[in-house]
Amino acid sequence: MTRIEIRAHAGVFAENKDTARDLRLNKIIPALEKKEEVILNFTGVDATTQSFIHALISDLLRKYGSDVLDRIEFKSCNDTVKKIITIVVDYMQEGTD
Amino acid sequence: MKIHLPNSAFLGNIDPFIRGFDASAPDSLEITANDKWIAVHPAVLSMIAALGLTVKPEKIKCQPFEATSRHYFVRMGLFKLLNIPSDIVIKEHEPAGRFIPLTQIRTADEQTHFITDMIPMLHLEAEQAKTLGYIFSELIRNVIEHADAENGALLCAQYYKKSNSIRIGIADTGCGIKSTITRSHAAETDLDAIRLALMPGITGTTSKEGGTAQNAGAGLFFIKSIASVNRDFFVIYSGAGFYKLLKKTPARKRRLNADPFDDRHTVSSNMPAWPGTVVGVDITLDQTEEFSLLLDAIRDTYSSAVRERRQERHKKPRFS
Repeated sequence: MTRIEIRAHAGVFAENKDTARDLRLNKIIPALEKKEEVILNFTGVDATTQSFIHALISDLLRKYGSDVLDRIEFKSCNDTVKKIITIVVDYMQEGTD
Repeated sequence: MKIHLPNSAFLGNIDPFIRGFDASAPDSLEITANDKWIAVHPAVLSMIAALGLTVKPEKIKCQPFEATSRHYFVRMGLFKLLNIPSDIVIKEHEPAGRFIPLTQIRTADEQTHFITDMIPMLHLEAEQAKTLGYIFSELIRNVIEHADAENGALLCAQYYKKSNSIRIGIADTGCGIKSTITRSHAAETDLDAIRLALMPGITGTTSKEGGTAQNAGAGLFFIKSIASVNRDFFVIYSGAGFYKLLKKTPARKRRLNADPFDDRHTVSSNMPAWPGTVVGVDITLDQTEEFSLLLDAIRDTYSSAVRERRQERHKKPRFS
């Protein structure tokens, strides 16, 4: 299992898409390739942007399909963060085959 | 180029100011101003700063400001940023809680530092800070990623006590929205491109639904939605295209539209050609919806817009 502390990488307001891309390419995808489960821990993250979450997870849904959600846990998200993650997950599933 | 600072230019009445912009002779800039009083939106300041950075300081001719409000332009850092002399003497005020002076941002790291510093500077409540941080973050990122602007993003903001509102302006002198959008979508005019850029899920980086790994085409839709739900002005100006989201009356239902032309708005497709993109947003803090409630409305609109576009592309059975 791979656990990623979002606040440690992206701060209280997680908005830097370059950081999101780096986490996706260097930590999340390698873990998924090894068939590991991934915990994205949002403890201490007050807010985020749709762009950050899109850069973090949209390509996972495209590459692995919606079943990848069974292998990713979004931990300790506040209401705002939960809703932004849900928006991205929804539109990725609506818009991809 | 010539630009005139009028007596008043806020988002509600910004159109005449923009129509007065003379984009000819792009290697020089002449700034004139109303000599009694000048009160302008931060978007106006950002535009002048962005234009000024495209010419050499010695090619900027700035008429001495006579208006009693002239010290405002010093406090906001206009002359300093453009490296042009000014004889206006002011007592510097601590900026916390009142304004964000003109700031130039060219990289993602500069953006992150700005967002980190900006939120405490405005002394906002947590929900309001989220909204402001969100708007700045998405607008700056658009410039860094898509505008191809040598001078990056020029932005500033001002708190207005009387209306308890924050007004935000950001301008760049990059390639403009049409140039970006038409990499992947058909848009004949600047206004067509602005319309597409404001729709959820439309990005210049791909014609595919869902965007790319890095771009979804949602940033401007989110920001227009924030202004719409909060019943505030939102203006976007690029090339000759101009779109203004008008204030909703309190009685109007707070629904979001995927097509910006379905909102209460005005447009123009023959403004003087702005060499890049300008965005102005007003946020009235008394009316600011809780950010998470806004996200509920965005979720519904976004998903149904994507679904409808997808269905439009479905092949239909042929009946004979």
